Order: sequence, then structure tokens, then C-alpha cells
Amino acid sequence: MANARALFDGDPRMSSQTATNDADTVLRQVLQDVLGLSAERVAAFTPETGLFGHLPELDSMAVAGLLTEVEDRLGIVIEDDEVDGEMLETYGALLAFVRAKRGG
Amino acid sequence: MIAAWPTPAGEEYAVAFDQGRAHRLLVLPAWFDEGNKLRHFTVEVMRRLDGSGIDSFLPDLPGCNESLAPLEQQTLESWRTEASEAAWHFSATHVLAIRAGANIAPDSLPGWRYAPLAGASQLRALLRARVLGSREAGRNEDRDRLLGIGRSEGLELAGYRLGAAMVDGLADAELPAPGQQRDIAQSDIGGPGLWLRAEPDHAPKQADALAAILAMELLA
Repeated sequence: MANARALFDGDPRMSSQTATNDADTVLRQVLQDVLGLSAERVAAFTPETGLFGHLPELDSMAVAGLLTEVEDRLGIVIEDDEVDGEMLETYGALLAFVRAKRGG
Repeated sequence: MIAAWPTPAGEEYAVAFDQGRAHRLLVLPAWFDEGNKLRHFTVEVMRRLDGSGIDSFLPDLPGCNESLAPLEQQTLESWRTEASEAAWHFSATHVLAIRAGANIAPDSLPGWRYAPLAGASQLRALLRARVLGSREAGRNEDRDRLLGIGRSEGLELAGYRLGAAMVDGLADAELPAPGQQRDIAQSDIGGPGLWLRAEPDHAPKQADALAAILAMELLA
């Protein structure tokens, strides 16, 4: 499916604008933007802080937007089959995934 | 403030700030979920432009907002045609296309594209949300397979029932060349894009910033 391929590859115009930023900083910033929280609240997130399934406002549409924004800001592509409940459940799990993705 | 405009599908509403002034801006809204999140912002930008002496018009696309037309019957092409008809009906001199609205901006008009989003990227976000939502409900769905179904039968994505022609059109829709329209990035406005917010919100400073850019360039 050539079209599907083109559709799901990252948009090259959007990639890497902040690719040098630390994954932790970028992830906190995106969560702040998506959840509309203060920088202080998001800075207090620990690896155990619950995300998808714990924050009612973080529905599937918001998570989809969050992942797309993380892709754009870090210049990575996240495939759907890599996304599971465990990876989205806590801040620590999501950060570990994003870090592995950047290193891989 | 509420105007009507004719489309082949029937009459549609538009929010209009119309005092017959020289500058008349057609505003093409963001789509679907993003349209809800950006509607307050969009109307606030229009209110500020009105205060600066600029007329503006925000049409409901058939199948969206107050429209009675079925969304399922709309296509990228039909929306493109209707955007041009709205431009003609309101005698627009300029266009402001917001996010995916950039995909249907009439290239005959000068103007701006705010944080433009390709149709393919819009569809990708909707498909991802559907896959995530299904997974949460314990169903495993595959994006490629969903896209295949969507192209032949249409698909319900984030509560929006898109017809096969719309899915097909979006899947292949790259962002059109800007032509005589200038792109305005979110970084030009400052702060996070309101389409990112999990809950609809408003940011008066962002509306100030976008309206100021448009007014300065229009009235220069």
C-alpha cells in the first residue's frame, strides 16, 4: 500500500525543529500544552505519575495529538503497534519509550 | 452576526462581521475535533479584526457545525468548491485558512494559512485516535486495515462519519502550495496551539497576536 506508506511516514517539514532537546524536557512541555497545566505541575511529574486511564481529560484523541506532537518535536516516528496501554500508563513508561525510540 | 449562504447542498450558516468595508476576510475553520477546540479562538480573532475595521466571514462547511447536510456525503472536492462559493458569495478579498482549512483555501485569494495541516496528517491523527480508543476498549484495530475499509466504505473517526470519497481524498492530500497565501506558524503567535488541548480552551493573547498580524498586513 504505497499510499498508506506515504501517509504514515513522518512529515519531513515538521521534523527535528527541536530534535536536539532532551526527551524529558520535550515530553513535559508537550504534556503541559495538551493538559493545560502549569510548568510547576508538570515539573512535579514523577516516573509513577499516571497518564492515560488516570487523567480523564487525556482521552484517545488527546493522546493521538500528544504522540503526533512528540513525533514532530523529537523527529521520531511512533508506529501504532508500538503504542500500548502500558507505555501510556505512567510518565516514566512513556519517557522510557521515547528515549528508546530516539536512541534506536 | 449570523448570515446564510447558498451551497448546492442547501443553505448554510456563517458567522459574519459585515459592514461593507474594503477588506473582507473569508475564514476557513479547522476541521473535526480541532474545529471544536479552535472555534472560540477563531471567532475571537474575527471580533478583533472587526474592531480594526476588517469584515470577516466564517462559513459552516456542509456537514459541519450547524449544517444539516450529512457529513458522510461531503468530499475534499465538494468542500473546495464550497469554500470558493463562500468566497464569491461574501465578496471576500482575502482568506484566512486555519489548520486543515488550508487544504481547501481558494488559490484565487491572497491571505494566510495559520498552522496549516495537510489532509493526510489530519486523517492520520484521526486514525491514530481511533486505534488508541479501540485498544482501550479491548479491540485491536490496524491503521492500514482501517484505512482500506475507509477508502471503500467510509469510516467513523472520533465521532465523525466520513464517506469513502472523503477518506480517499484526505489520505492522499498533501498541503497545497501556498501560492499567494503566507503561512503563519504557531511560533509566530506564541504559546501552545489550542488544538493540542485535551479540553477546548481559549487564549486571548493568541487571538490578539494573530489578529494583529492580519490587521497590520491588511491595513499597511
